Amino acid sequence: MRLLTDGPQTDLMFPDRVTLIQEVLASGLRGRGGGRFPTGLKLQAVAGRKRLVVANGCEGEPDSRKDHVLLSRSPHLVFDGISLACHAVGATEAVLCVHEGSPLLPGLRYALASRGTTGIRVVEVPRRYVASEESALVSFLGGGGAKPTVTPPRPTERGMLVDNVETLAQLAIVARVGARAFRDGETMLVTVPSGVHEVPVTTRVADLVAGPVLAGGCGGVWLSAARAADTAIGEAPGVAVLRAPRGCGLRDTASILAYLAAESARQCGPCMFGLPAIAADFAELANGVAGQALDRLRRRLPVITGRGACAHPDGAVRLAASALDVFAADVTAHTTGAGCTSTTRRTA
Amino acid sequence: MGESLWFASRAAGLLTLVLLTGTFVLGLFTSGRQATVRWPRFAIAALHRNLSLLTLVFLAVHIITAIVDGYVALDWIDVVVPFASAYEPFWVGLGAVAVDVLLAVVVTSLLRTRIPSKVWRAVHWAAYACWPVAVAHGIGMGDKDLWWVWGLDGLCVVAVLAGLAWRAQRTHPDTMARAGVR
Amino acid sequence: MSTLKLDPIACRAHGLCAELLPEAIDLDEWGYPLLRGGDLPAHLLPDARRAAAACPALALRVTSDVSRGRPG
Repeated sequence: MRLLTDGPQTDLMFPDRVTLIQEVLASGLRGRGGGRFPTGLKLQAVAGRKRLVVANGCEGEPDSRKDHVLLSRSPHLVFDGISLACHAVGATEAVLCVHEGSPLLPGLRYALASRGTTGIRVVEVPRRYVASEESALVSFLGGGGAKPTVTPPRPTERGMLVDNVETLAQLAIVARVGARAFRDGETMLVTVPSGVHEVPVTTRVADLVAGPVLAGGCGGVWLSAARAADTAIGEAPGVAVLRAPRGCGLRDTASILAYLAAESARQCGPCMFGLPAIAADFAELANGVAGQALDRLRRRLPVITGRGACAHPDGAVRLAASALDVFAADVTAHTTGAGCTSTTRRTA
Repeated sequence: MGESLWFASRAAGLLTLVLLTGTFVLGLFTSGRQATVRWPRFAIAALHRNLSLLTLVFLAVHIITAIVDGYVALDWIDVVVPFASAYEPFWVGLGAVAVDVLLAVVVTSLLRTRIPSKVWRAVHWAAYACWPVAVAHGIGMGDKDLWWVWGLDGLCVVAVLAGLAWRAQRTHPDTMARAGVR
Repeated sequence: MSTLKLDPIACRAHGLCAELLPEAIDLDEWGYPLLRGGDLPAHLLPDARRAAAACPALALRVTSDVSRGRPG
C-alpha cells in the first residue's frame, strides 16, 4: 500500500540518469493517464533543446477521482516523481497542471513551498474534457488554446515529457525500491463507486465491480461480465475508473456519447458532425424507436475513427461499438419493441 | 497614329474593369462555395483564376498603350508608384494603387503552395480594396459625358453589390459548427 | 512512394479534392474527405498534386517518402 501512505517526502536520491531509465524500463511501468504507454520508452524518446516535464493532474475524466486523492494525500510523492523525471530527461523546469479553480491548489502550493526551489510550477488549465489531452496541454502551455493539435511533432519530439501524476508517483516508487520489487508488488489507484482504492494491478476487474462494467469512464469501453472476470485492472483500457451501468446500458451510453459530442474541440469535421450523429442514433436506439438507427450506427462508426487530430472521436466510437456488443440483448429488445432487459436489473 | 492608341488604352481600360468585375464575382462564388452539376467547385475556382490572368493581359494593354501613346505625360514608374505622375496625379495614382494590389494578389496566388497560408489569405483580402479603387480610377480618368461608359460602370457596380449580398448570406455547416452553432 | 496526407483541423469540407481525384478520394456524408490509404500509383500523381494545390484551405498534401526504396 504505497501510493496513499508514502505521502511524506523521504530522502530523495538521484541515481545515475541512464540507470534510472533502465530501471523504469525494467519495471514495466505504463502510463496511468489512459494511454498506458511504457513510461521508460517515453523517457528515452524525449529529445530537443529545451526540455520540460509536464505532470498532468487535470483528471479530465468526469468520474475519475484517483488523481485528486493522490494529489491531496501524497503530493510529495508526486513531486518526487516529477523531480526524478526531470533528472531522467535533463529538464530543469516542470509544470504540474490542474483544472482552473481546483480545491487542490492551496495544498499543492503549500507542499511545493515546503520543498524549497524545485523548478516546479503549478499551472491552472481550462476545464474542458479535451484540454488535458497531451497535445492540448502542450498547446496551452505554449500560449495557444487548450485544444488538441495535429501530431507530428509529438510532445516528446519537442522536448516535453507529459505524464499523468500517478505515473510520476509510481516512477518515484521505482526509484526507491528498484524494478524487481516494484513488479512484485505493483499497485495502482482505481476509482470505483465506493471511492478510490489502491489495489494490486493483477486484481480482476470483476472483483472490483461485477460486470457488465464501464472501464475507463467516458473514454473507455464496456466490458461484459465474462471479460471483466478475465481482465486484470492493470490491463483494462483507459483510465482506471470502473462503474456499473446506470439503468439501461444503451441509454447510459447515449448520454455519455452526448457528453463526448458536446466536449468536442470542434476542430475536425468527422468529430464535429460524426459524434452528434452517433449520439443521436444511440438516443434513438435507447428510446426503443423502430427505425434505421442501428444500421446508421453500423455504417457510421467505422467512418469516424482515425480521422481527427486527436483520439477523442476514436474513443467515442470504441465506446459505442462496445455497447452494441455488450448490450446486444438490449439492442435486440429495443429494436423489436420488446422492452429492455435493464428493467429487471437493479443497479446502484 | 493620332489618337488611336489613346482610344485603345481607354477601351482596354474599360474591358479590364469588366474583367476585373467578373473576376471579383467569381471570387465571391468560390469563397461562397457555389457549385452546380455543370460547374463544380474546381471549375469555378479555375475560371476565377483564369479570368484574373486575362484581366492582367488587358491591364497590360491598357497601361502600355497609354504610356507609348505619349499624348499625356506618363512615365513607366507611374504605373507602380502612385500619385507622382505629371498628368492627373490623383486619378492615375489610383490606377497605380490598383495595379500594385493586383500584382501582389497574383504573385502570392501563383506561389500559394509555397508561402504561409496566412500571408496568402491576408493579401487576397486586399483584393476587396482593389476593385473600388479601379472603379474610381476609371470614373476620374474617363469621359464624363459618355452615357454608355456610365452605364457600363453602373452594371459593374450592380454586379459586385449583388455578389456581395449573395456572399454575405451564404452559410456552411463547417463554419457554423466551428463557431459553436449547431 | 507518395501518399496523400490530410490536415483534419485545416480541412473545411470544400470538396474540390474529391472532384479532382475521385480515384483516391471519396467524401463522407458530411462532405469531409475519405482518403483511400496506401501509396498513390504513379499515374495519379499529377492529378493528386493538382488536387492538393486546388484545396482552398491547403489541407491536402502529397508526401513523397523519399527514404523508402533507397539502397544502403
